Amino acid sequence: MTDVLFVAEHRRGDLRDVSYEGISAGRGLADALGGELHVAVISGEVEAFAESLNTPEVDTIHTVDAGEEFDHDTYAAATEALHAALDPTALLLPNSVNGLDYAPAVADSLGLPYATDAVDMAYDDGLTVTREMYGSKVETTVDVAGDQYVVSIRGGEWPAADGAGDAEITSFDFDESSVDDGARVQGFEEVGGGDVDISEAEFLVSIGRGIEEEENLDLIRDLCDATGATLSSSRPIVDNGWLPKNRQVGQSGKQVTPKVYLAIGISGAVQHVAGMKGAETIIAINTDPNAPIFDIADYGIVGDLFDVVPALIEEFN
Amino acid sequence: MKILVTVKEVAAVEDDFEIDGLSIDERYLEYDLNEWDDYAVEAAVQIAENADEEVEVVAATIGPERSEETIRMALAKGADRAVRVWDDAIAEQTLFDVDAKVSVFEQVVADEEPDLVLTGVQAADDAFGATGVALANRVGYQWAAVVNDLDYAAGDETATVRRELEGGVEEITEVDLPAVLSIQTGINEPRYASLRGIRQAQQKEIAPHDLSDLGLDAAAVDGALELTEMYEPESESDATIFEGGAEETAAELADVLREKGVVGE
Ligand SMILES: Cc1cc2nc3c(=O)[nH]c(=O)nc-3n(C[C@H](O)[C@H](O)[C@H](O)COP(=O)(O)OP(=O)(O)OC[C@H]3O[C@@H](n4cnc5c(N)ncnc54)[C@H](O)[C@@H]3O)c2cc1C
Repeated sequence: MTDVLFVAEHRRGDLRDVSYEGISAGRGLADALGGELHVAVISGEVEAFAESLNTPEVDTIHTVDAGEEFDHDTYAAATEALHAALDPTALLLPNSVNGLDYAPAVADSLGLPYATDAVDMAYDDGLTVTREMYGSKVETTVDVAGDQYVVSIRGGEWPAADGAGDAEITSFDFDESSVDDGARVQGFEEVGGGDVDISEAEFLVSIGRGIEEEENLDLIRDLCDATGATLSSSRPIVDNGWLPKNRQVGQSGKQVTPKVYLAIGISGAVQHVAGMKGAETIIAINTDPNAPIFDIADYGIVGDLFDVVPALIEEFN
Repeated sequence: MKILVTVKEVAAVEDDFEIDGLSIDERYLEYDLNEWDDYAVEAAVQIAENADEEVEVVAATIGPERSEETIRMALAKGADRAVRVWDDAIAEQTLFDVDAKVSVFEQVVADEEPDLVLTGVQAADDAFGATGVALANRVGYQWAAVVNDLDYAAGDETATVRRELEGGVEEITEVDLPAVLSIQTGINEPRYASLRGIRQAQQKEIAPHDLSDLGLDAAAVDGALELTEMYEPESESDATIFEGGAEETAAELADVLREKGVVGE
């Protein structure tokens, strides 16, 4: 019992990035434990997925041919059955939206300690997980008691595994008749189309909760007019109904890769950063010198946007 | 019918703060109702307001006496009454983990027998993001996580929800009741507590319980996770920070924008 089991994730025919990152995370932990890395892929075109996941880090891939798309009851039942069969020390699952929808149930059913949203892991006689608190303002280490545990891992924190491996690929059957049917997926819908595609913009001026009031958005619109920038925002602005959903940058909004991303009054929460860290140049204006956005910024002004933005508009008028 | 909403008073850290061992000194913390729970309360109250039948909305929290101030916000916004669980054994935990939380809420659910449980997707402070789904599993309810749209009328046997996946894709799912739904921000527009609501909230009950009231002992909340270090994340940034007044810094920033060639002439 020194093995690691990681469950990959896919959606609408594509494996998601976290599937390859989880392989790296799993390999690291398996090496520390002196065990093997098992990867499971559940539902959809499992054979094709297995081929793609067959990277040098993986020892065994388990395909579970059941249904097309993610269904939390199937995932939970299949993962629990795999766990019973393999008895791994660590079960790793993505801390994605679908991870949030089944990992807690699996950990609870297995009666195992559960550490969520890991950004790092270390093993030395016991598992230590690094995670963040208070909107990424502090980092913590957490010791996990017990011989077995479940950890959900944050996307984007481990390198993606690639290259061709020679893992054993084996199909895993479990009793599908045991799967609950109390939550039934009816379909998917793309949201957030509309007037502009912020993912096409070269220069994004993005505003966050620091703007305080809807009326104050005019100031940012003036800046966009003066500079020719496209306006985008963090989630709270969209939640408040101040801007349409197609302007939201982040995990549940749009992924953008502009030449310049100017983040104004945005703290830099992980779900926001997920959408904009690929920008060529990141600039932040924020009153809080400890705001996590400064960790990824290339240029910054620690200051009040209500002073800096008018001065910036002046520069271009 | 009855709707249980789990709510939490969370701490936000001020701009400047110091870490003292395994916690942030009280001086640097500001307490408020967890953002995600605010939306969950609103969702519950809207179901109650639009119902043809009697709907009771009960807020449940795990928190010290101080948190009653925050929980009253949920009552002022329309919850009918609240249950607050606290105990020395809970106070002693360095990190109150998901399993421990769920052990407590499991008993609250057993007492209250709600038809629907609404939770926030995550708490802004410890950010586990797991309580709702783990609770559903424990009590044998159906569930859905990260719900940003809810189509449900009191008395219905199923709810139709949208789950907000990454990248602007939503999943539409039908969930049988009883169920636990974890609520995402933006699902509605949380109301401000009216003065009348705030006054009325003073009369509403916040029933305190300790573990023994719930038939639990200290071992039930002895979590498997132990906080061992807390520190400010090492910044990997080599950001150039412009110093000075607004004009000065704006001028330097303008130069960067010109240099990058993104500002039209
Ligand atoms: C499942 C899930 C998905 C999510 N998806 C997304 C997503 O796609 N996109 C997204 O953005 N968020 C998303 N979030 C929410 C995310 O966790 C944060 O809550 C959000 O990004 C915070 O937005 P913000 O930075 O604008 O606000 P805050 O975190 O409140 O930050 C406001 C900032 O403004 C600064 N400020 C205040 N006043 C001023 C001033 N006068 N001048 C300058 N600075 C000032 C403050 O110092 C602070 O840093 C998601 C959350 C979850 C759980």
